[in-house]
Amino acid sequence: MHEMALMDGVLNAVRESARDRNLSKINKIKLVVGKFSMALPDSLQFAFEVLSQEEIFAGAVLEIEERDIVCQCRGCQLQFEIDNTYRFVCPGCESRQVEIISGRELYIDCYEGEEADGTG
Amino acid sequence: MVQVKMGSNILGANELLARKNRNLFEERELLVVNLMSSPGSGKTTILERTIEALKGRLKLGVIEGDLYTDRDAQRIEQKGAPVVQINTEGACHLDAGMISGVLAKIETRELDLMVIENVGNLVCPAEFDLGEDCRVVVISTAEGNDKPMKYPLIFRQADAILINKIDLIPYTDFNLSQFQQDAAQINPDAQMFEVSARTGKGMEKWADWLVARVEEKKAGYNKKG
Repeated sequence: MHEMALMDGVLNAVRESARDRNLSKINKIKLVVGKFSMALPDSLQFAFEVLSQEEIFAGAVLEIEERDIVCQCRGCQLQFEIDNTYRFVCPGCESRQVEIISGRELYIDCYEGEEADGTG
Repeated sequence: MVQVKMGSNILGANELLARKNRNLFEERELLVVNLMSSPGSGKTTILERTIEALKGRLKLGVIEGDLYTDRDAQRIEQKGAPVVQINTEGACHLDAGMISGVLAKIETRELDLMVIENVGNLVCPAEFDLGEDCRVVVISTAEGNDKPMKYPLIFRQADAILINKIDLIPYTDFNLSQFQQDAAQINPDAQMFEVSARTGKGMEKWADWLVARVEEKKAGYNKKG
């Protein structure tokens, strides 16, 4: 669904950055995607295949690192993982005042490319 | 081979525009609500009832998001509220740029409250900040009570949840207490309202909540500020 719009943003950002650095070919793009983002890795891969048709992305691969959902209790400070029951309740003190400290990531970590003369 | 570290938020461009919208709404002391739900849960009917319930209390304007039609905007117009239409032409969500693009078409200075009716979808709109003060999710009893577990992010981020079509419960398998339990476990802070936009049941409490939010904002209190 919206993964197309997200991937369009990713490719624009990488293309622009590569142009600034005089890179003519991208080999790999790495994203970090939290499990509590609404972006599905499979859909992102599909969007990448559909949208990366230009010369600069030929043969490039998309790597996605997923991050688990981790919360911290505002009461007892305990850190704990959230599974797919989505129980945002501290297992230590049963408090419901918990903060998500990981799992909402959605960013471009890095990319690999080659310089225009091939020596990159 | 060169490795370039970026660390840039994929939604960064949207968030920048959302911040601009938020600043503008702040300046104009305008409370903005992002109304989200799946298709057919009754967002537009709730809005029609809300306009009636707020008559004489608040000046309400509406931004209508829809894929292709202006049917909902026509319904809002008939209720006498200023409305502006956004057609996303197939896009499954509104983004902050679409909102800033239509703000010139609505007299925001004259309003106390602006409701943005998002495209019917429980997935994508959750990721796109529009610059709103409150996020409100509508769920209808005919959809089943499993929605919080299936779409946890949108419920986690909600300031209020409207359980609509409450009058249809006897004809469905909707388990209200299970829904309330699941939603509260995902988001203990969300205010829940049981309503029927068709019969008008529960609409007053919801309208009172909106009035209280507007008063809070006008008093200079904005929890997201």
